[in-house]
Amino acid sequence: MKTPAVVPRQPWFWRYVVIYGALWKNSVVREMGFKSNFLLWIVVELLWFALQLCFIGVIYQHTDHIGDWSKWQVVLLIGASQFIQQIFQAFFLGNCTQISEYIRTGRLDFMLLLPVNTRFIISLRHVDLGGFVNGVSAFAVMAYALRQLHLLPTVVHVLGFLLLVAAGVLIHYSLMFLLASASFWTVRAQGIVWGYYSLFNIARLPDAAFRGFFKVFFTFAVPMLLVANVPAKLLADKLRSPLELLLLLGMSVVCLLVSEAGWRFSLRHYTSASS
Amino acid sequence: MRKYWHVLNIGIQNTLVYRVNFLFRALFGLIPLVATISLWRAIYAGQAGDVAGYSLAQMISYYLVITIVDSLTAVNEDDWQIATDIKDGNISQFLLKPIDYLAYRLCLFGAGRLVYTLVALVPVAMFIFCQRRYFILPADGATLAWFAASIVLTALLQFFLSYTMALLAFWVLEVSTFIFIVFAFEYIAGGHLFPLDILPAPLTKALYFTPFPYQLFFPVSIYIGKTTGAALQQGLVIQMLWVIAAYALARLVWSRGIRKYSAVGG
Repeated sequence: MKTPAVVPRQPWFWRYVVIYGALWKNSVVREMGFKSNFLLWIVVELLWFALQLCFIGVIYQHTDHIGDWSKWQVVLLIGASQFIQQIFQAFFLGNCTQISEYIRTGRLDFMLLLPVNTRFIISLRHVDLGGFVNGVSAFAVMAYALRQLHLLPTVVHVLGFLLLVAAGVLIHYSLMFLLASASFWTVRAQGIVWGYYSLFNIARLPDAAFRGFFKVFFTFAVPMLLVANVPAKLLADKLRSPLELLLLLGMSVVCLLVSEAGWRFSLRHYTSASS
Repeated sequence: MRKYWHVLNIGIQNTLVYRVNFLFRALFGLIPLVATISLWRAIYAGQAGDVAGYSLAQMISYYLVITIVDSLTAVNEDDWQIATDIKDGNISQFLLKPIDYLAYRLCLFGAGRLVYTLVALVPVAMFIFCQRRYFILPADGATLAWFAASIVLTALLQFFLSYTMALLAFWVLEVSTFIFIVFAFEYIAGGHLFPLDILPAPLTKALYFTPFPYQLFFPVSIYIGKTTGAALQQGLVIQMLWVIAAYALARLVWSRGIRKYSAVGG
């Protein structure tokens, strides 16, 4: 069949940009329908963030260093980890938790039939705007910690940081998506998916607190000790070697590839629910 | 009384369906525990002696006992279910039946905790076994008995307060944000994050005027021997008073709420 002449030539991804724009518009309209709820969720997130900072405040009343991490360095780390978590939440978290629901109700049929990449539409369907608001507060905490450390990051630092944040978000997303793919086998996978939340607890701790088996496991198997530690170390000038940067970037690519393989493998096991 | 026995029975059978879910929850719950214990180890390694009157063994035991008490007493699905029951109009049937909704819910809560504890027993026991060098046992049998009594009161207090929070669904459509906000306070002021007595003394004292320490910290402090003698007796009485107060509040809010109730969809 010939393509109609009226359609101008566009790069292949243009269609995805247009679709994603429409999804954004949808999400904004949806959120604004429940304004008070939207604001209350921001309060909840802020409260839990403050709680983590209180914990560190109390700990540093009784000690002045954890490994080689000073108080404000840990505050910087917690800010960075919160920032990464919130960006992840804004783009992906809600979508990943929905997957088991799509499978249980058979709505996945409908998604598979859409003329776009299924993983694209499932992963990015809704945008959680509250995540961006909370990201800003995390950013403010980081800025304050940097001031306390008398550090002024250069443009290169900031750009490098943002790149590492992207890698961290990619790791969170890939691992959670992989977990969510387990829903193809057990219908009640929601517990597993929410269990991912407990991994955030590892991500916001200084890597110096871990040793032996846990250090290796949470660096190479489930790279939680890289996600926030490496970007925070970059800003705090704590990196021992550029290898840590490469490790985080490398692991993010590995995680993405593994999750794609897992997703394709799982999809082959899909036997619709309702029909 | 027999009907509630049946409810308990049905509750156990219903929650047994979620045993795999419970197992995952218990396993994932060990991850933050590993994180906190590693953190404290690093702190103790970096300095000589105790931290705020806690030896390393006491500190690690604190978090291990928290995990045990938490699996026995934490409310984790009940409040959502109660709120949903109200929102969807499911409680209409309880208004017509000769069954008390609070007692009914309490039975289901008990059943849920029983099954959860049984499922969590294996992973938690294995974890404690790995940490056995740092796991201290209570000073004597009497301490253990007081600890057990205090756990029962903790469970009741947790349940009545969560029940009351869930009843907010009579007035507002979305209670989850409110539940999470209260949970945040319970998490820090109840002693989940750190032992409350490492805070500055006036702050610890002030917290003892709220119900939060009695929701978790108090029984654990009995176990590790931080609360003894007259303070223990007095604490138990206060804990009991909080339970009674929470029960009265739950009844009051229910009777208010039921007047507002419009049986949507029922």
